[in-house]
Amino acid sequence: MEEFLRILTQSAGEILAPTTAAFAIAAIGLNLHFGYTGLLNMGQAGFMLLGAYGFGITLTLGGPIWLAFLIAIAAGVVFALLLGMPTLQLRGDYLAIVTISAAEIVRWFGRSTLWQEWTGGASGLQGRYYKDPFHALSFLPEGRFALGPFEYINTGSDSWFTRIFAWGLVALVLIFVWLITRSPWGRVLKGIREDEDAVRALGKSVYSYKLQALVLGGAIGALAGVVYAIPLAISPDSMGGRTMTFFVWTVLLLGGAATVFGPVLGSMIFFTAYMFMRTGMRALSEDTAVGNVISTTQVEYIGGMLVGITLMCLVIFRPQGILGNKKELAFNVR
Amino acid sequence: MSVDETTTARSTSLADVAHEPGAAKPDPILVADHVVRRFGGMTAVDVDHLEVQEGVITALIGPNGAGKTTFFNLLTGFDTPNTGEWTFQGRSLSGKSGAAVAKAGVVRTFQLTKALGRLTVLQNMLLASRDNPGENLWLSWLPFLWKKHEADSTEKAMEILARFKLDTKANDYAGSLSGGQRKLLEMARALMTDPTMIMLDEPMAGVNPALVQSLLGHVQALRDEGMTVLFVEHDMHAVRHISDWVVVMAEGRIVAEGPPSSVMKDEAVVDAYLGAHHDTDLGDDSLLDPAVLARYEAEEEER
Amino acid sequence: MTADRLDLARRTRRAIAAVALALLPAMLVAHPATASTDDATCQPDNETACVAGMVLTADNDHVAGVELLVTGEGFTADLITTDERPVAVAVPEVGRYVVAIDPSTLPDDQQLPEGAELEREVVAQTGATARAAFRVGSGAEAPAAPSETAEDSATAGTAPEGGDEGVGAAPEGDASQRDFNWGQLWQQIGSGLRFGLLLALASIGLNLVFGTTGLSNFAHGEQFALGAALGFLTINVMGMPIWLGGILTIAVCGMTGWAQDAGIWRPLRKRNVPVMQLMIVSIGLSITLQYVIQLLIGGGSERILSSNPRPITIVGITLSAASWISMLVALVCVLGIAWFLTRTRIGRATRAVSDNPALASATGIDPDKIIRLVWVMATGFAALAGLMWGTSFGSFNWQLGIQLLLLMFAAVTLGGLGTALGAFVGSLLIGQVVELSNLVIPSDLRYASALVILILVLLFRPQGILGRRERVG
Repeated sequence: MEEFLRILTQSAGEILAPTTAAFAIAAIGLNLHFGYTGLLNMGQAGFMLLGAYGFGITLTLGGPIWLAFLIAIAAGVVFALLLGMPTLQLRGDYLAIVTISAAEIVRWFGRSTLWQEWTGGASGLQGRYYKDPFHALSFLPEGRFALGPFEYINTGSDSWFTRIFAWGLVALVLIFVWLITRSPWGRVLKGIREDEDAVRALGKSVYSYKLQALVLGGAIGALAGVVYAIPLAISPDSMGGRTMTFFVWTVLLLGGAATVFGPVLGSMIFFTAYMFMRTGMRALSEDTAVGNVISTTQVEYIGGMLVGITLMCLVIFRPQGILGNKKELAFNVR
Repeated sequence: MSVDETTTARSTSLADVAHEPGAAKPDPILVADHVVRRFGGMTAVDVDHLEVQEGVITALIGPNGAGKTTFFNLLTGFDTPNTGEWTFQGRSLSGKSGAAVAKAGVVRTFQLTKALGRLTVLQNMLLASRDNPGENLWLSWLPFLWKKHEADSTEKAMEILARFKLDTKANDYAGSLSGGQRKLLEMARALMTDPTMIMLDEPMAGVNPALVQSLLGHVQALRDEGMTVLFVEHDMHAVRHISDWVVVMAEGRIVAEGPPSSVMKDEAVVDAYLGAHHDTDLGDDSLLDPAVLARYEAEEEER
Repeated sequence: MTADRLDLARRTRRAIAAVALALLPAMLVAHPATASTDDATCQPDNETACVAGMVLTADNDHVAGVELLVTGEGFTADLITTDERPVAVAVPEVGRYVVAIDPSTLPDDQQLPEGAELEREVVAQTGATARAAFRVGSGAEAPAAPSETAEDSATAGTAPEGGDEGVGAAPEGDASQRDFNWGQLWQQIGSGLRFGLLLALASIGLNLVFGTTGLSNFAHGEQFALGAALGFLTINVMGMPIWLGGILTIAVCGMTGWAQDAGIWRPLRKRNVPVMQLMIVSIGLSITLQYVIQLLIGGGSERILSSNPRPITIVGITLSAASWISMLVALVCVLGIAWFLTRTRIGRATRAVSDNPALASATGIDPDKIIRLVWVMATGFAALAGLMWGTSFGSFNWQLGIQLLLLMFAAVTLGGLGTALGAFVGSLLIGQVVELSNLVIPSDLRYASALVILILVLLFRPQGILGRRERVG
């Protein structure tokens, strides 16, 4: 029972974890792409990794923190322009193919020895190079703080300050996206999502709107990468991989594409359930006879498999997710 | 001025025009030259010269596969020709994108209706509004900058919707409308852009016969407001009553031009239709019987 | 759709993008110093396998003077690290070796982190250097990534510089570090042909599925990796003869194609689910399969054939016997598919379904049966290609799928989406591009050249070399 409570607490802790916030932001960006515009960006992890590199490298080289954020965003913008310009006039799956490839390329360059002195190669950039300037922003006093069962230090990697910053950023991005998607601009995007020829026939430059959406969502994805990297480290294999992108997709489709709160709710539910499942199975594997059949490493694999199956089932049986409106379903790309 | 008198007045502007393919018009608004589009080895469109008279209804007819819709797509920037140029109000539109053509004042509809089913009827209308500052990303998140334009557009949209008897459905998803209502919505949406010329691709296809009549009425009303109308239709009887001028295409070429009454008798036209396929009498003259019409319209109202 | 294409703006964008892409290789070769990783004392070639060790600080500096002990396959060797490159030794046999560090020889300020392993296991193979890296000093704890431990476990403990990374390994050695000569070029063309033929065998299936159903199947890479994984299980682990293990692998993978179509794709087709939705389903399937493969073979690199490869030289190109056989099998299969598509009734029906399903069904062809057959063929040939990849390229790991998927997409886009011939031509070209680019850019980036090709194709000829323009819009 005590064990169960521990698992439960640990899972509930994921609701406010910085990683959850990072995925929420990444999914908000992807929501602009897919939910509102119908663009199939299969490389959100590439945007995140680039953003994190931009942030981390700037600080490592001694740049000020505001510049680090700017460079992170700029990295996302440039990447989106590079990918979007050749592909956005073609059928939707070309963008998907190019983005998934480009994200892999970013990862390969990141782990390559080529720019190792900046990126740290395959082992990545350690957090200590860039964490200090971030922690210096903290307005919290020294020490620890406990809220119910959740106790963290005030300032540090896995801290209250990181949480406040991450969720503050979620709120900001959410408000911004809410404002722009309920505007006439957002209406054009929804029109494009459904039938871009119809929108073109009304005199709107579809290409330009798609590029704007791709750039904006990509910049948000780059910010998400920064939030993800702040409490951890910038490691190309764990951040830039395809798994990361697909987790973001699962988060978005779980919460509901083309909804305002879908990405946030999706991220919270996803990570709570994911943590519960993995810690639960690991506890079973370690403490009971189940361990003879399933090792703790295999628990991770089974966890990943279940994510894949969840994604398939979501798309097949409830494509509108938890919050979505079936009538305004996002799946209409050709 | 009654509708009949207007028709007569418009027709007189074309009275001196020769009844031959590529005939010169007194006030051409759209002029196309040497437009050729090939798909693989097949030539879908090969139009030497065409002028469209300003302020009248021109029908572009021809049997299925005559290249009407392809020609239409080329003129409106939705397809790229192998060769050819065309001008609208004296300015070249060749090579321009669909969006640029629409901005120049030529707005089109589609054969398979493109009412945006997942937006409401009103949103469909507002989407068409021109120069909306809220459609600029930089301004979009500051509602006070575009609220006024939005309110004005809503008012205008409701007026147009009322005219097309769609105002009661303003807040329904467009996907819930009937096929005919979607055609009407698409036409209403086109009007939101204040076009100079409106191009309709088979506006009557798949529409309830009662609505056909009301659609035709709307088309004539547009002309009477001074708009130029060009529409594609494969049924030559349907265009007889409303068009001022008929252009006939067959196998990618323009084979005849003239007022509806004379063009129907043209040998080349009869051959073109008989040669392609002969779907006997498509003209439903019973629709002109006021009693029948009233009944159909009552049915449509109840939808 | 295609109207904007003539815009001046678009031409300008093309030009800018093309210049940017053209500059990329220049940027790559501009840093030869940082790219250099050649190992002292052992040069891998077709008969030599090397094992190397290195000790790195948190800043990736080499620590000199540390003693490493290499043992395995009845062989032992002592190594002393240097301060600029990994130290390597030629080992007599391919197989598993353990590299152990002697912590007492570490400098005082650069100790191993608490609880760190003192040994690394590596797999030595001919024509490559298997590297073992130890990380020391403060901050040497492996970067934590709580929600991604599954991926971490695959990379932790193995060499961080790509020497052991499945496809990332360059079996012929890091050619970019050698002086250019014509023999080397010829050898790379031969390797490129091997690469291209195996890629073709896999990507024809991807293109057939796309042609008949419109689906860009993101799980196809995993089907390829599944072939390699099952080949490893049957031939290496269970010890079956190659022919039996191969047939079993292909049969099981073909069954997965049959089961997928029966269980997922056909029901969704009947419900008229949009193709893009299907594509995301295929992504879910690819995640699932990726973890299934990890369950089957674990997170490390594996080899299907553990015996020492036998090199055979034909017209001046030296490849292993397994490679030559694989190339022959792939060529025969590709020709067989071509014969099937053009000369048999069912094959012609397949092409008819690709061109126009409605018309095909009107002429008495059952598109569902054809599509079922296409799925079985696609997964079966992908498995065969994956299996042969595993036997001819040395080791592979669970990431094989995504890497190959990317190259297959590049190949079919280059050749033309939806046509079998296009996939074949595109694959051969991509094979050459990948192996030849090895001569000018660091080998850990050689797949990047495939993406450059992909983007250039989309810029200038989106329908591909052999595709029809109408398919694009």
